Amino acid sequence: MHKELKELAEAWYARPIEDRLGMTRRGFMQFCATLATTLGLSRGAEAQIQKAIEQARRPSVIWLHFQECTGCTESMLRAEHPTLEKLILDVISLDYHETLFAAAGHQFEAARIQAMTENKGKYLLVIEGAIPTRENGIYCKIGGHTAIDLARECAADAAAVIAIGSCAAWGGMPSTSPNPTGATGVDSILDRPVVNIPGCPPNPYNFLATVVHFLTFGTLPEVDHEGRPLFAYSRLIHDHCERRAHFDAGRFAMEFGDEGHRKGYCLYKLGCKGPETYANCPTVLFGDVGAGTWPVGCGHPCIGCTEQGVGFEKPIHTLAQLKSVHPPISFPRIHEQQGSGAKTGEAAVIAAVAGAAAGAGAMLARNLGKARPADAPAERTDKDGGSA
Amino acid sequence: MTSRRDFLRGTLAGTGAVAAAAVAPRAEARPMPERSPDAVGLLFDGTLCIGCKACVSACKEVNDLPLDYNSPVDALWDTPLDTTARTFNVIKVYKDGDLSQKDSVENGYAFTKASCYHCVDPSCVSACPVSAMTKDKVTGIVEYDANICIGCRYCVAACPFGIPKYDYDSPTGAIGKCELCRHRTEDGQYAACAEVCPTGATLFGKVGDLLEEARRRVALEPGGTTVYPRGDITNGPDQSWEGPVANYQQHIYGEHEGGGTQVLHIGAIPHQKLGLPALPEYSYASRSEGLQHGLYSGLVLPLALFGAMTWAARRNSRHDDEEGGEK
Amino acid sequence: MSSHGHVEHAPVGGRLFTPVTFFLAMLVILALAVLGVRFIHGLGAVTNLNDGYPWGIWVVADVVIGSAFACGGFAVAALVYIFNRGEYHPLIRPALLASLLGYTLAGVGVLFDLGRYWNFYHIFLPGYAHVNSVMFEVALCVSLYIMVLWIEFSPAILEKFGLKHARKKLVGTMYIFIGLGMVLPMMHQSSLGSLLIVFGHQVHPLWQTMWLPLIFLLTAMLMGYAIILFESCVAAAGYRRSVEVHLLNPMARLMLWLLAGFLAFRFADLIARGALGYAFEGSLQAIFFWLEIACFALTFYLLRSSEARRNPANLFLGGVALLMGGILLRINAYLIGYDPGAHWSYFPSVGELVVTIGIFALKILAYIIITRRFPVLPREHAPATH
Repeated sequence: MHKELKELAEAWYARPIEDRLGMTRRGFMQFCATLATTLGLSRGAEAQIQKAIEQARRPSVIWLHFQECTGCTESMLRAEHPTLEKLILDVISLDYHETLFAAAGHQFEAARIQAMTENKGKYLLVIEGAIPTRENGIYCKIGGHTAIDLARECAADAAAVIAIGSCAAWGGMPSTSPNPTGATGVDSILDRPVVNIPGCPPNPYNFLATVVHFLTFGTLPEVDHEGRPLFAYSRLIHDHCERRAHFDAGRFAMEFGDEGHRKGYCLYKLGCKGPETYANCPTVLFGDVGAGTWPVGCGHPCIGCTEQGVGFEKPIHTLAQLKSVHPPISFPRIHEQQGSGAKTGEAAVIAAVAGAAAGAGAMLARNLGKARPADAPAERTDKDGGSA
Repeated sequence: MTSRRDFLRGTLAGTGAVAAAAVAPRAEARPMPERSPDAVGLLFDGTLCIGCKACVSACKEVNDLPLDYNSPVDALWDTPLDTTARTFNVIKVYKDGDLSQKDSVENGYAFTKASCYHCVDPSCVSACPVSAMTKDKVTGIVEYDANICIGCRYCVAACPFGIPKYDYDSPTGAIGKCELCRHRTEDGQYAACAEVCPTGATLFGKVGDLLEEARRRVALEPGGTTVYPRGDITNGPDQSWEGPVANYQQHIYGEHEGGGTQVLHIGAIPHQKLGLPALPEYSYASRSEGLQHGLYSGLVLPLALFGAMTWAARRNSRHDDEEGGEK
Repeated sequence: MSSHGHVEHAPVGGRLFTPVTFFLAMLVILALAVLGVRFIHGLGAVTNLNDGYPWGIWVVADVVIGSAFACGGFAVAALVYIFNRGEYHPLIRPALLASLLGYTLAGVGVLFDLGRYWNFYHIFLPGYAHVNSVMFEVALCVSLYIMVLWIEFSPAILEKFGLKHARKKLVGTMYIFIGLGMVLPMMHQSSLGSLLIVFGHQVHPLWQTMWLPLIFLLTAMLMGYAIILFESCVAAAGYRRSVEVHLLNPMARLMLWLLAGFLAFRFADLIARGALGYAFEGSLQAIFFWLEIACFALTFYLLRSSEARRNPANLFLGGVALLMGGILLRINAYLIGYDPGAHWSYFPSVGELVVTIGIFALKILAYIIITRRFPVLPREHAPATH
């Protein structure tokens, strides 16, 4: 980069963050709080995030594209809090991005090499798209290098590797059968941990929150067995779905456009994969325009795009396997205790009757005994009502 | 005056006659009926049930049934503990340990459906003194008519599955039980529980077709995939879907139990764990009715007894007669 | 021919309003109050009945046991008219009265328990009658038998009002009703056992047998004799009359033979079915089975010899023990041994108990009133001073 430009940039960063991001102080604080919430952090974390974003030196980010549709990038560009271009230009230093860079050809590749050299061991590597492995990966080349080589080269000195989108996470769309290019996820060709942010496209805030977590705490967020951040991918869509009440009540849309569909009933019968897909879609939503803005909210069944083996694998109309393993308490068990046993009142009545009967019977028997021989009149005894 | 010996002889003879009458039906228990070729029923496959309770809510809707609360304190949801006079169909859960595995006996859970089994030879029909509970000759549906019912609840006590239920909370309570949505057949519709079932866990159709489908499923290789029909297997449109095959128990509950039922159950855990009683292959009704037929067939025995008694009474009460005349 | 045919019956007389009758009336009123709630709010409001135990003590105590209690008339009529033991004739009318009250109130008790009692007449409509149903048989026979009992007892009423001509006409055809009065109870008392056969495995093997009709019939007859022992002693004590030991002693002896036959049969059946082993399990059912058997055995002990049977106390207690055995058999078969699943439980509610007590109180009250005003009990040579 030119020296002048660098100076200009220095001057730019000397300004307060809200100026740089083109947002009010209040807006900036809201942004930090949003990210802290997305990450599921405790109270006070938004201050830490704010401090980190204000003070941290913009980390260099290298963003590689392989077998993909650029949908992940497109989705990122449409984030609103703040607009992502502000963020990727101002919060991070996006030093290499094929879609967003004006540069081309050797100049472009040089920028990557320069960023890698200057920020050795400190830059973030983001990979979008699957990596073809068949025939040594010749199906995807950039500047003459295969995706495998590029990924390995860039990952070698990266501080952290983030695989964005389902393609990068496990191969996604390009890896579906018969998978002619041998497309696979990033972590299967690298020997280091990779944070996967699957989704087609993933929610931009899940990516952003992962980056900011790294900025704030210097570490990547905790991940599940598939490398997905727990803050975003530990909850079943089905369990947080706004249509769950309809599922529990057995109200289903039977086909697109029918009465149940128009009334917002559960989409399970249309093949919704919410019951077997882990993602925070129902809680974070998409597009920053308010309630209902996510696939199921709009009336389309979830296709399970964040779930390997579900998204792009199972036909959309195929029924999901329910993963909520604990049946809710509202199911009656096979045998439920019913009816009432003996209580004090009843026991008392029976004891009283039995006592009276026994007493009367005993008295009667005694008097009858005395009355022998049979012809003599019996002693006076009153008949007791309980003796029956 | 007759001696005590005579009396004893008489007593024993009388006892012997009754005893002989009771023995007779044992030899000739009433033969059990066959399933009507047009009998309809349900096939419940526990491995397909996801516990969504769509069948429970649809049943309530089409039968116009009120909500059923199991606790007066928390009367928020329809939460019947079992089938009741106001709930004809309930999904129950078997639970064990940490519930981690569906259709596993240990550390697992499994769903089952409780509703009328529409026995081929139903105890409730045999029990009902006034023909309020009847079995349709064609469809085999066990039907109930509250306008005839006297509310004796013999059917409630007699059913080996505990299906007919009485509404104790109403001064004009009636029996409530599944009648396979017979009121919907006029419109060409069928049992609502099968109609709404998203996975085909509850399947409607002629019992012959259902039995065939059940046999096909239990014979499948576990772990493979197969096509599961949904809705009405006999007349309905094809709504089938492809899904994995569970490890079925090699038994179709209801094929022979209690003389056979029209609602069949298959699943991956033993049926007895799901509260289905191990019934003999004969129906209890055939025993009970066989006995009654033996004792009362053509009223021969009671009439013979009556004749003998009247003859004896006439002979031995002549003295009373005269005595009465004297007064 | 009857050698003791000529019996004179006479009202006992005395006041109707006594502390005893007042107390009984109070019990009846209490029961009526509970029944009011039952008819306004439904069975669930006063009973502990549930779908596991749809039959509670209103069926078992009021009807099944109540009607067995009322077998005295049938049992004595069998002695007098069928086996021509005219010497027992004096016992007939009081026994008939007890039967009449027992059956009538059992019939009324059924109406309290029926969920849709206003449809009860459907039993008699050929279009509705279901002849394969044991319940149908019971309902029809009991209804008919109640009518037969009223006819059998009507001479006492006609005598009271001096309608001699009507009485004479009736007595001429009485043998038909006596015949019916023998057959009908045999039919429905055995059927009260048959009712349980369709319950199948739900009834414990100690009681579930194809021989239930015979078991119930034999115990009903036994209870009929036992209730005569009981009633004679209680009536004698209550009205300060002498106990008819000269009649009761030989009757008790006959009863023991029948009881011995019954017990032998009961165990033979258990052994033949291989069910006796259940009696030695540590279950509630086993305990109640032995209680039931113990009551029958106690009857033997109390009435063991002619000497013992001459003691009215033994006659009374022997009757009570035998009644308890019969009661326990019925409670065991219908409730203790009835198992719709371990998750169901039932114990009679206070309301149910109050109604059952009320029904029995009404029987006693009616017995007192009728014997004081109608010619039921044999005329005493030393009339009651009450």
